[in-house]
Order: sequence, then C-alpha cells, then structure tokens
Amino acid sequence: MTQLWDFAGGIHPAEHKHQSTGRPIRQAGLPKRLVLPLQQHIGAPAEAIVTEGERVLKGQRIAEVSAGMGVPVHAPTSGTIESIARLPVPHPSGMDDWCITLIPDGEDRWCQRHPIPDYRKLERDEVLDAIRTAGISGMGGAGFPTNIKLRPPKDRKVSTLILNGAECEPYITADDMTMRERSDEIIAGLKIMAWILRPERCVIAIEDNKPEAVAAMKEAAEGTQIEVIVVPTKYPSGGEKQLIRILTGMEVPSGGIPADIGVMCQNVGTAIAVARAILEGEPLIRRVVTITGEAVAEPGNFEALLGTPIHDLLDLAGLQRAQLHRLVLGGPMMGYTLNSADIPVVKTSNCVIAATAQELPEPEPEQPCIRCGQCAEVCPMELLPQQLFWYAKAGEFEKAEHTNLFDCIECGACSYVCPSSIPLVQYYRYAKGEIRVQQAEQLKADHARERFEARQARLEREQQEKELRRKERAKAAADAQAKKKEEAEQAAAQSEAVDEKAAKAALVQEALARKKASKPAAPEAQTTAESSAPAPDIPALEKQLTQAKSKLETMQSMLEDARAQQADNVDKLERAVAKNHERVKRAEEALTEVTTDTAPVTQSTE
Amino acid sequence: MALAQQSSPHARKARSTSRLMLWVIMATVPGLLAQTIFFGWGNLINVVWCIAVALAAEAAMLSIRKKPLAFFLKDNTAAVTGLLLGLSLPQFVPLWVSAIAVISAIVMAKQLYGGLGSNPFNPAMVGYALVLISFPVAMTTNWAQPGLLWESAPGFGETLNLLASAQQTVVDGYTMATPLDEYKHKITTHTATEVLAHPTFGEGIARGWEWVNVAFLLGGLVLIGLKIITWHIPVSLLAAIAVMSLAFGSNPDQYAPISLHMLAGGTMLGAFFIATDPVSAATSHQGKLIYGAGIGVLIYIIRSWGNYPDAVAFSVLLMNFAVPFIDHYTPPRTYGHHKARRGVPGKTKG
Repeated sequence: MTQLWDFAGGIHPAEHKHQSTGRPIRQAGLPKRLVLPLQQHIGAPAEAIVTEGERVLKGQRIAEVSAGMGVPVHAPTSGTIESIARLPVPHPSGMDDWCITLIPDGEDRWCQRHPIPDYRKLERDEVLDAIRTAGISGMGGAGFPTNIKLRPPKDRKVSTLILNGAECEPYITADDMTMRERSDEIIAGLKIMAWILRPERCVIAIEDNKPEAVAAMKEAAEGTQIEVIVVPTKYPSGGEKQLIRILTGMEVPSGGIPADIGVMCQNVGTAIAVARAILEGEPLIRRVVTITGEAVAEPGNFEALLGTPIHDLLDLAGLQRAQLHRLVLGGPMMGYTLNSADIPVVKTSNCVIAATAQELPEPEPEQPCIRCGQCAEVCPMELLPQQLFWYAKAGEFEKAEHTNLFDCIECGACSYVCPSSIPLVQYYRYAKGEIRVQQAEQLKADHARERFEARQARLEREQQEKELRRKERAKAAADAQAKKKEEAEQAAAQSEAVDEKAAKAALVQEALARKKASKPAAPEAQTTAESSAPAPDIPALEKQLTQAKSKLETMQSMLEDARAQQADNVDKLERAVAKNHERVKRAEEALTEVTTDTAPVTQSTE
Repeated sequence: MALAQQSSPHARKARSTSRLMLWVIMATVPGLLAQTIFFGWGNLINVVWCIAVALAAEAAMLSIRKKPLAFFLKDNTAAVTGLLLGLSLPQFVPLWVSAIAVISAIVMAKQLYGGLGSNPFNPAMVGYALVLISFPVAMTTNWAQPGLLWESAPGFGETLNLLASAQQTVVDGYTMATPLDEYKHKITTHTATEVLAHPTFGEGIARGWEWVNVAFLLGGLVLIGLKIITWHIPVSLLAAIAVMSLAFGSNPDQYAPISLHMLAGGTMLGAFFIATDPVSAATSHQGKLIYGAGIGVLIYIIRSWGNYPDAVAFSVLLMNFAVPFIDHYTPPRTYGHHKARRGVPGKTKG
C-alpha cells in the first residue's frame, strides 16, 4: 500500500454523484449551430483565420494564436462560418467575447489528419508542438495550455506525474465516467505525457467513492508501471495542492508551481485529448460534460462538441424549465451561476447543474462572525479565514495580504461550514480584486513617476549639455580668436599679413630693424629683427589697398541690389560694407604711415 | 427565465449560530442538574431568571440600536450569557444582584461594543466580576451548603423567597464558604486533615462540587465531540492548573491539593463553557493553547495568593486583554509557507 498523507481541513459535502452515473456517456450529436469563443483558456485569445461565409472542414484550424501563450481553435465539424461576433461566453461576469459561429452542414467531413502513432521517433519538442497545434489546454479547471505545462522550467525535473482523477466536487462525474469507459485512451495519453517528461513515477489518483473507475483504471494500467492510487473522499482532495500533499507529503511552495517540487498534475480529460491528438491526429473539438441537478429528468454525461450551446445539452437531459432555479457551471463548491443557458461548451466546461430551489436554496442572511473558528478547521490551506474576512470587510488589504490572502484557493469550504452564513469566498475575491486594482494603480503611478523623473532628468541633462555646448562654443571662439591673433602675429612677423593692423606693426618693426641695423645693433633690437620676417614692401600694400577697394565696391553694389530688392540680408551687407570701408581706410592709413615712417628713417640713415 | 445569481459555494451545510448556541445550552444541562441536586433550587432559578433578564436587556438594546429584534434574539447568544451567569452566581444571591450582573453583561460588555461578535471581553464574566467587586458580601456569603436536594436544602418556593428578598441574614442557615475559599483560609492555621474534616468537603474531594464539575466536564466533552469547541483551550487550561498545583502546591498543608483545584469551584464550567467563548478567545490552535494556559496559570495564582475568590472570572478577563497580542503572534503556518507570518505587516517578515 502506498503511503498517503492527509491535508489539513476539508469537508464532506453531500456527493449527489449517483444522479449522473446511472447512464453511460451519451453523444450530444450535432447541434444547429456551434459557438466557439476565441479565448477558452488562460492566456492570449486566438485570432480568427477564417472569414464569414467561409466553408470549413472538421478539425480545420479556424483561429490561431500568433503571439503570447495560447492554443488554436478548431472547427468541431464541417460547415459554414456564419459570423465572427461578440456573444455571451462562459464567464462569472456573464460577459460577451469574440466568438466564431459555425453552422454545421451535417456531413461532418474531416480535414486531413496527421496522426503520429510512432511519436517516440520524434523529438519531444515536435510532439509538444503537435499538442499545441491540436489546441489542447487543461480540461480540469483553469485551462492552462497543456504544451506549456508539459514543458517545465529547464532547471526543474518532474519526477512524479499525477493524473488527477480525484474529482472531489459534488455532482461532477465527467472524469469518473470517462475513466470507467475510456481507461485505455487515458493510459495512452498518460504514456505520451510520461514519454515527454520522463518522470520516475506515474500516478493516477482517484477518490474512493469511484470504485468502478478505480477498477477500470487498474485494469487498463495492468502491466505498466503506472500506479492507480485510491485516495480518501474529502473535499478538496482534487485541488492540485491538496492532491500533491496526499500523494507525496510535499507542499507546493507559496507562489510557486508543482514543478518546483518535481511534481506535475494533469487532468484525465487532458490525457484523452493528448492521446487523440497524437495517435489519431484529432484536435481538441469535443469533451465530456456532466449535465445534472434535480431540474433535469435524465441527468448524465454527454460527449459534446465544443461550441454546443448548453441549453441543447439541458434539453437532451430532459430539462424541466419550471423547476429550474439556479444554473451552475462547474461544481457546487467552485462553479459560478449562469444567467442564461445560451452559452457554449468550451474546453474547460465540465459540469452544468440545473438545480431546483430546494436543492440549492438561497443562503440565509449574513450574521455577525463570532470567530467560532469552524472555517479555520476546514481550511485546506491552513489559513485563518475569519481573520481574512475581518480584514477584507474592514478594507485592511495590507493585513489581509500579510495573512496570506493570496494562498486562498477559493474552494469554499469555509463558506460551506460558516454558522453565520457569511459568504466568505466572496469577501476574499473582493479583497483580491481590490488589491490587484491597487497594485495596478500603484504600478501605473510608479510608471508615471518614473516617466516624470526620466523627463526631469532629460531636461536637466539637455540643459547641462546646452550649457556645455555654449561653453565649448565660447571656448572654441576664444581659441579661434587667440589662434587668429597668433596667426595674425605670425603673419605680421612674416610680413605677409593681410590684416592692416599686422601689416602696420610689421612695417614699424621692419623700419626699426633697418634703423637699428644701420647702427651698431642693440641686443633687443637684434632679437626683434631676427624674429621678424621680411617686411611687406609698399607695392604689396598698394596691391592690398586696391583689392580692398574693389571688394568694397562689389559689396556696395551688392548692398544696393539688396536694398532695391528689399532683401533681408541688407543689415548684414551694410555691416560688411562698413567693415570694408574700415579696411580700405586702414589700408590707406597703413600705406601713408609706411611712406611717412620710412622717409625719416631713410633720411636719418642717410 | 430568471435564474438565481449567487457566488460560490452554492452548497452549504452549516450549523447555524443559533443551533450551536442551543447545543451549548444543552451541554450545560448535566452540570445544571448536578447543581440542583447538590445545592438546591438556587442555580436553576438563577438560570431561568438570568436568561429572562438577558433576553429582555438584549431586546431593549437592539431596539435602541434599531437592529432587527427577532433576527438577533433567535441566535441564542444572549440566552447563553444569561445561562452562564445563572450557573456561576452563588445559589442564594439576591435576584437584583444577578439582574445587575446580567444587564451589565449584555448592555455594557456586549451591546455597547457593537453586539454579537464585537465584544473583546467575555460578557458573562464582565457581569460576574462587576457584581463581585460591587457586592462582595452578597457574592461570597450566598453559596449553598452542599447537601442533597431532598435532605437539607430549602425547597423551591422557599429558595425563590430567599432569592427575591434582599435580606441576607435569612439564608445564613443554608450557606457556607466554598471549598476552595475554606481551604485557603483554614490551611494557614490548620493541617490538611483538619481542614478536610469540615462538612463542606464531605467524604470525597469537595462535597457536591466534584459531581458538578464532573457533570460540566461531561457536557464539555460533548461539545468537543460535536466539534462546537476544540480541545485546545480546556486542555491547556486544565493542564496549566495541574502543573501549577503540582509545582507549587505539592504540600497539602500549605496549598489546596490538585484534586480540589480540578474538581471544586468553577474549574470545569470555566474550562469548557466560559474560556471557550469564541468571540473573546484566541483564534488559532496555538493561540488557544497559550490563551488557555494563561487562564489556568492565573486561576491558580488568584486562588492561591489573591484576595478574591472566583478566580475564573478574573483570569478569563485578564487573558481577554491579551487576545489581540496572542493572535498577532500565533497565526498558523499556511500551506506552502516555510513558517507562519507573525505580527503585523511591515513590522516582521515571514
């Protein structure tokens, strides 16, 4: 006997399972129309790749996920695409979402299928891709894309693969009946998943209230290493975390995934979908749904095409409309109420309860919490539900989070036993929602602050850069000026100065040098003479003057033209003309100076 | 078709608060019977009277607070408060004293704090402590002399007369100190054998009291069996008294023996019916163990070295003070966590 562990808390609600196990799984057949939501699982919604009026074949891909996590949607039968529109989908809020409506043509013609019975010869990634292409997502509850789940993080080795056939919620018998009738397919699917993951241990866990399923699975698993383990009936033993605890004694770390402790759970329905996808090339287009409750005359399980409206199934099960009081999708513990039966079966739909008013009566009015602690006694996560309730009600979300609010799996055991009929789970959902909103707002505010700070920093940086550039420009200008000056000096020294000022200085120096050369040379005069280049002669200066004069004339004519044309460079030209005037004047002065300067020197030397 | 829209879970199978309280009331029946058999009609009359006053006080407060009367009255919690006071008050305490106790319990300790579920202190014990401090003579001299109902105790009508009259001297012939009180005062000058020779102790541990305590113990076990209370508080409370009396009171010539601590006074009533009041007790299992042990230690301390008798009321109230503190530091370890997240957010990391 394999060792089993117990998990904390738990309850034993009335099972109501016999209502729907009396009949074998029935085929729901082809409905008049099929409605296929583009999002049937956690992750990105698929995008339609067909158009209205297009004819499609059974198994043909009609929506694909291009980016992000998700799986495609396939046509469950052949027919015509009637519309792609927003229609009510299975959701607690009763919201609308994009759906492809398919009108079956009744021929049920398959598209080309690609079974890979010898999958063992392929790469694992190819098989995983085939699973993705077949549109398989978990068929137990949340509907996580199976190919992603089957690819645990590289550093995590899955040593135990668990097939979850516990089915602990009251009323639901879809997995039970599937295990009874399709145990071979389940084993085949489990073998494929085991081949992908190579676990050391493969376990099928079934609650002890399903002896027929246990017998069938044991028979099918004979000769394999797959263990069929019978676990005690206690809600919520089918919860992933609780089942892992029962079978391994280990706990999934808070905020982590089972793969963190080397475990993976898959639903039995998922195993069948994998088997069909790989061995028969059949994408996920049908599933078993339990239709039960006291408001249906013939409760049971139906194999329905995805997209089949729930009211069709209810009619097949003999719905007595007058008695219908509450319609629950999922189990009575965690399912949600529907406000209409006009929604389709999707990949995660496992049960519909058509309940009478006596069956699931309205809750009693809420009374004050007396901290009796019954909720804590039954909490499978070992939380303090009454404390969480207190914090949620008072809006003390930080304290609620500190009290591990987010570890709550919303199994409803606490609400089930609360003597004050407090809808505890509703309070936790509310608190979680509020915290998520706050976190989103906080994130938004953080982003806004970051953006603002980044902008401030950028402006400051730009200001600094501007300042720096200004300084550099000023420095460059000063350098240029200094350089110009230097060059001018040099030019003057070489007596090739074009500048009148430099020319003048050079001439003066030249004159002095000559003067000194005629006399016994003073040491400083000698240095000057040595450093100074040959002085410009008068013809050069004269030439310069003529050049300046001609330039001035050109400028003046340009200026006149500009004035006549009212051009906007008048000012500039005026300044240029003035400058040239100056230049000509200086050149003239220099020339006269040189002539007057040299005369006396010459006189004195002679 | 108008379908009911509800949040999950859709199935419920809860025992309502009023049903739980009814079970508590039922579980006190053996103790009440034993009290009646050994101490006469006093407690029975007290219980009926106290429940009546409690319901009246609750109704009055609810109407002042504009709360729905029937909705709250039928939760049976006021009745339980009255019942517990009726069980614990002295058998011959005047009706007006018990009325004050009940009224202060319901009005002050319960309704003024916000009604059911909001009271930080055990209402019955607040009422008890209040009259004990205010009317010490009435509260300590009116304990019935133990004796079988059909032997020495006054009859029903006589008891009712005694309770209704404000005169204390009338009952002198039927009353005496409680065994614990007797023992405590006598042992300073007498040996244990001499003290135990007093008629209050009878031939067993404490005449009458032992049976009353056993009866309450039985009722308490029923409550645990029905999962209305958990074992943590009573067990840790009794264990603490036992440990204390073995550690400090091993010499019967100095302190009351363990048998007396366990089976005299209000030990079992306190352990199973009073300390377990969920509203004012600690929350988690670990917290309950600490809370119960605290009460047990305080009971022993007050009984052995305190001036007041009736240690249960004071001990419970003192530990009520500590409940928020205990609760902060004794949350359970949640699945998937290495250790419990203690304290308040921001101050500790878990």
